[in-house]
Amino acid sequence: MTGPGAQAVSAAGGAIPPAVELIGLNKHFGPVHANRDVCISVPRGTVHGIVGENGAGKSTMMAMLYGFYKADSGRIRINGEDVHITSPSDAISRGIGMVHQHFMLVEPFTVLENVILGVEQGGMIQGSLNHARKELRRLGEEYGLEVDPDARIRDLPVGLQQRVEILKALYRGAETLILDEPTGVLTPQEADHLFRILDTLRSQGKTVILITHKLREIMAVTDNVSVMRRGTMVAHRPTAETSKEELAELMVGRKVLLRVEKGEAKPGECVVSLENVSYTDDMGRERLKDINLSICTGEILGIAGVSGNGQSELLEVLSGISPISRGRIMFKGEEIAAPGKQSNPQELRRAGIAHVAEDRHRMGMIMDFTAAENTILGYHRGKEINGPVLMDLKKVEGRCMEHMEKFDVRPPIPGLAASGFSGGNQQKIVLAREMEENPDLLLVGQPTRGVDIGAIEFIHKQLITMRDAGKAVLLVSVELDEIMSLADRILVMFDGRIIGEVAAKDATEQALGLMMAGCENPAAGKQECGGDE
Amino acid sequence: MAAPKKLPVWVNAGLIPLINLMAAFAISAVVILAVGENPIEAAGHILYGAFGFGEGIGYTLYYATNFIFTGLAVAMAFHCFLFNIGGEGQAYIGGLGIGLVCLYMGNLPFWAILPLAVMGGALFGGLWALIPAYLQAKRGSHIVITTIMFNFIASSVMTFLLVDWLKKPGSQLPETRHFAEAAFMPKVHEMLASVGLDVARSPLNLSFLIALLCCLGVWIFIWRTRWGYEIRASGKNPKAAVYGGISPSKAIILSMCISGALAGLVGLNELMGVQHRVVVNFTNGYGFVGIAIALMGRNHPLGIIFASLLMGALYQGGAELAFEMPTLTSDMIWTIQGFVILFTGALEHMFRPQLERIFIKSDSEGEVYE
Repeated sequence: MTGPGAQAVSAAGGAIPPAVELIGLNKHFGPVHANRDVCISVPRGTVHGIVGENGAGKSTMMAMLYGFYKADSGRIRINGEDVHITSPSDAISRGIGMVHQHFMLVEPFTVLENVILGVEQGGMIQGSLNHARKELRRLGEEYGLEVDPDARIRDLPVGLQQRVEILKALYRGAETLILDEPTGVLTPQEADHLFRILDTLRSQGKTVILITHKLREIMAVTDNVSVMRRGTMVAHRPTAETSKEELAELMVGRKVLLRVEKGEAKPGECVVSLENVSYTDDMGRERLKDINLSICTGEILGIAGVSGNGQSELLEVLSGISPISRGRIMFKGEEIAAPGKQSNPQELRRAGIAHVAEDRHRMGMIMDFTAAENTILGYHRGKEINGPVLMDLKKVEGRCMEHMEKFDVRPPIPGLAASGFSGGNQQKIVLAREMEENPDLLLVGQPTRGVDIGAIEFIHKQLITMRDAGKAVLLVSVELDEIMSLADRILVMFDGRIIGEVAAKDATEQALGLMMAGCENPAAGKQECGGDE
Repeated sequence: MAAPKKLPVWVNAGLIPLINLMAAFAISAVVILAVGENPIEAAGHILYGAFGFGEGIGYTLYYATNFIFTGLAVAMAFHCFLFNIGGEGQAYIGGLGIGLVCLYMGNLPFWAILPLAVMGGALFGGLWALIPAYLQAKRGSHIVITTIMFNFIASSVMTFLLVDWLKKPGSQLPETRHFAEAAFMPKVHEMLASVGLDVARSPLNLSFLIALLCCLGVWIFIWRTRWGYEIRASGKNPKAAVYGGISPSKAIILSMCISGALAGLVGLNELMGVQHRVVVNFTNGYGFVGIAIALMGRNHPLGIIFASLLMGALYQGGAELAFEMPTLTSDMIWTIQGFVILFTGALEHMFRPQLERIFIKSDSEGEVYE
């Protein structure tokens, strides 16, 4: 390594070359120009945000920096030196570390074992473990990243798992850390904690590249921000000189409403009620504990909570996917679920319970099926599209075309495989399927996950329209913003229980965040919370 | 994110299989050269043997009939994402059903025996597949393991039945008495002779037509009915199927039963068409070849027909080759068949990246995906 004094003085006049510079990067995937002449310069010792809608090319750019893909053309410079990065291990050896959105951890292994995975020295593992234990202690003290080195990953909450990922990168000598959508799985408090860690890293001279679609986080933690749209860099801004509104507009290319406009709710009679409902999964764990709730016509009931606290299970028992072990569920005056009694999701759809699944990749759609085939999932036995034996594919296609026009799905090709649509358009196909059958109760999970801002606006409007048409809507989302702006009442779930209820107009992020972390009564103060840390 | 790569249909369905086949033949040629024979001459014998004269064509199609049945069976299960390795056993037990109909209802006229035999074969084959299907659906026993084991069980059961129960009285051979003539499947050359057309004698019989009808039926069932929809949904994404109110267990059981039923029809060709009695091991590995057929035919009935014709041609042409060039023993023919299966089935994507480069680069300029 050359000393700092030997480094060339950059044209901008600073003595320290940028930690990372990408110059004119291009990447094609077949006909898709995923990155077009992308340039970015990340000064050393800063937190640099990269925002953009899904498919804007953020991940592709980072994948090239991290050596997953090779750029078609363009240069990568690290600390002022031209480099060729051909693999992640190449990137790591040049001081680049990555914390993926989905953690790359071996769950049954301990923290220590995960940290040394892939960088063990010698034939026996004990030496590496001892070395790593010392090193972890040092890193923990230096950056405020304490984790029990002997804890098993699967026993750690996600916030700590993420910390292990960061430690892994630092242990490998990372000077520049790339974090890909790091807060998706965290409570607001955990996210704040992460931001404090990023602060410490910055103050110790590390460089952080933060990829996110949450503008709030960009504003809160970054020094500079770069905006991508359709594979190109459209703007670089010092964070202090920009605003959420400007960034949103840059991302989408037009003005965007960040708040949802809606009138007062006019709740009517109750459509569905859960009475002391519990659910135990196949592994014998009680996922729902004594749930009591009801939803009325003309209102949106929001369920807030960190993912994995029973919201998915709530949707599943309501839609007939999972059986309940105690209590009962009443829908329009009829019992639809009780211990030993489970209604089929198809019957429930016919009766008027539509369900937009939380995860369209794993549940809501079949990615290999065409859009038209996905249009009838759950309604495929309907009399309108079936003869005695044959299914009327013309009608199925017609229905799909109708949905596509009404929900502005692009491209409007019913025969295209679902995987060929962007996230937002996939979600519109699912929403159209569930909303167009005129249900009385709409269950919606994560309606805008992986959906671009333009489509989010549209989807939110549709949900409000459903409400105003006198339907009952149950909205589950991990995005607090979404819950707070759409819901009329908010329930918070923690550890399978409903831990509190607030009217949307009285809700604050702080109070909801504390409840999401397990405080029954946030007003009483933090010390009563059953926190994880 | 990598966008889905799209090749023109004719490249996907035509050029790629052709290149794969050529690669298989090229390697086979090397092997033939290595044993000191002329590969061009050998290819000529295979082609002539399979398609060069009426009898050869008849034999090719007769072999293809078996492959269509077993290939369809494997494909049917695969649409539910199940590997049915038990086609051999299901065909064997299906043959028992057909044999029983032909043995004990031989006094009926042919037009009555045929549907009964079809039902008998389908029922026995389907029920034989039902047991592993049930174990998979309700108990999670892996269908690959259970169907393999059921092949052995089928083999033992049939040997037992043929030796102890169904054997022709006074005979030493493990086979039944001959069927009544009414239970013989009409040969194609006989049928054509009756309308005045003269074609060469061969074992090709009416069941080839039944096999083609099965292809049509499977195609309609899988892509044009709600049951096929449910089976495909369960195969592609069981969680999404449950979300849509589809029971994956029922889909597993239904698709396996149909799969077994299709395999069970091999006996129409082999027993009613050729042997005219139930003999030991009449399935002769056709059930296993069905796996390769389905693989080559991409689990599509049309692809299965082509794959079956190819394999039928290799069987028949290979026999001709072994006859004409004695140094190329039947082991050598199997080697060639092995290469064909390897390249067109297991290594089907080997040349894909190169072709994608050729065909996608040429029209990629300046286009940005939405």
